[in-house]
Amino acid sequence: MKICVLMKQVASEDSPLKINSNGSGIDETNLNLITNEPDTYALEEALLIKEKTSGEVTICTLGPDSSQQVIKDGLAKGADKAIHITIENLKNVSPLSMGKVIYNKIKDENFDLVLSGLQSNDYGHAQLGIIISEYLNYSHASLVIGTEVNEENSLKIKRELENGWFQSAELTLPACLSIQSGINQPRYATLKGIMSVKNKPVDKCEAKELGISEDSGYKVEEVFLPKKAKETQILDGSTDEIVNQLTDILKNKIKVG
Amino acid sequence: MKILVLIESINNKIHPVSIEALVAAQNIASENSVEIYPLCLNKNLIDDLSKFKCTKVLNVESLDLKNYEPMTYLDAAEKVFKAMDADLIMLGHTYETRDWAPRLSARLDIPFLSDCININLSDSKLIINRPIYQAKLIQKIALSDKGLVSFQAGSFSSENLIHENSPSESLSIELNSYDSIKQGERFQESAGGVDLTASDFIVSIGRGLGKEENIPLAQNLADKINAQIGASRPVVDAGWLDHSRQIGSSGQVVSPKLYFSLGISGAIQHLVGMKGSKQIIAINKDPNAPIFEIADYAVIGDVLEILPKLTENL
Repeated sequence: MKICVLMKQVASEDSPLKINSNGSGIDETNLNLITNEPDTYALEEALLIKEKTSGEVTICTLGPDSSQQVIKDGLAKGADKAIHITIENLKNVSPLSMGKVIYNKIKDENFDLVLSGLQSNDYGHAQLGIIISEYLNYSHASLVIGTEVNEENSLKIKRELENGWFQSAELTLPACLSIQSGINQPRYATLKGIMSVKNKPVDKCEAKELGISEDSGYKVEEVFLPKKAKETQILDGSTDEIVNQLTDILKNKIKVG
Repeated sequence: MKILVLIESINNKIHPVSIEALVAAQNIASENSVEIYPLCLNKNLIDDLSKFKCTKVLNVESLDLKNYEPMTYLDAAEKVFKAMDADLIMLGHTYETRDWAPRLSARLDIPFLSDCININLSDSKLIINRPIYQAKLIQKIALSDKGLVSFQAGSFSSENLIHENSPSESLSIELNSYDSIKQGERFQESAGGVDLTASDFIVSIGRGLGKEENIPLAQNLADKINAQIGASRPVVDAGWLDHSRQIGSSGQVVSPKLYFSLGISGAIQHLVGMKGSKQIIAINKDPNAPIFEIADYAVIGDVLEILPKLTENL
């Protein structure tokens, strides 16, 4: 199987999020950048499928130069090669524009599978992998929580639904799958894997050469902090003071036990 | 402006989130000249839909689907959108919507603003609020032209739904047939594990607890106050606790007397599973953690430092 895994670099959960001076977006100077965690499950699933069926795994990332780290980490875990579509900043690029650029790059690669994480932890559109299925005219499934490669041209998957329900489906290959987290336990890179990175090919190209559009059909006018839904009492002080307040609340207000 | 509201069918009934999307459309229509067309691919739902105020309930004559079929849904929605010359598609942000609306967006070549929490129409401009960075921030977005918008559950209240008899119409549209995606039966994994819904007190663990080895710290507190242990998704995904402990949209929905949240950031998928709790105490290092928006008592601090002392003090 030829498998492509879409991966993105995002701000980590503990990054300080500050609104920039004109209120139009995030101050990006002090963000701690990591591989989008849901994408690591997609990569792991690709590596597991490759181990069962042979073939190769290609990482594809769209992002600034710093995204090289996503590629290095993925190659170290066992991906065979990578495509890096460079762009200075992704924040004004819509999912459709991202989808078109990636499609333009990978359309002639004849991938059997294109895997993506369910959503990115920054803008959380949860759309890209499914958008690309339309451009490539592949079958698709989202929220995939299990895969089983059967014959050469079909794939059984298990999809997560709400409230503890699941659904199985059979997809004709080629297919795009957006992978739910928890489907597997992503591996760590081995020393041998890390050493192998420098010998693996990275195809680097520019988004503008692939016709990236900044016209998204919408405009972000402002970014703001959510309003609180509830009156919250903030407990502060030293650890001991906090512990005493919590004890009082638990024992006397909520009456636990 | 013409709005198509795509109605989801669940157990042969209208999905509650589709009703909320219809409320969003009715809100906009109240002060503007807006036409609302709910589109329903399950004919059983037409009678119920016709009791709600809208321009006309639409269905496709040749189609009657009780269950979701992605490629047929796409074909039907695309053709109806074009036939009606509609401007906007609204839907509830469900797992089904996540599966096909992005593809519809690509096919129609119009943007999809997913998981939004509000929409307004002023001076013929659509303004939409959309959470980003796991709901730590909100974007205010102006839609330039046509688009799809899906709404997070609970963004609009079904209590505001306007009831009024509305006409319906069957559209004769030719659809193609597809076999690239064969949907199987829906099923539940064999039960077992814990029923958290019956617990009065829940101590719930998030990734802020640091590592699996720290779980006994939470367990000790739970034992002391007679609580059950719950967890957020990342903790279950990492294998620290069994899936039956998971609280949220893909786990259990609980409303205990006390929800004591330890190191949980509070992604929306988690919040929907516990926001009905009577009292919520949250400890988290990140002052921007969305869990604090719904907490009654907030501690911005290190859970590992507080936890042993609290258990001892009780």
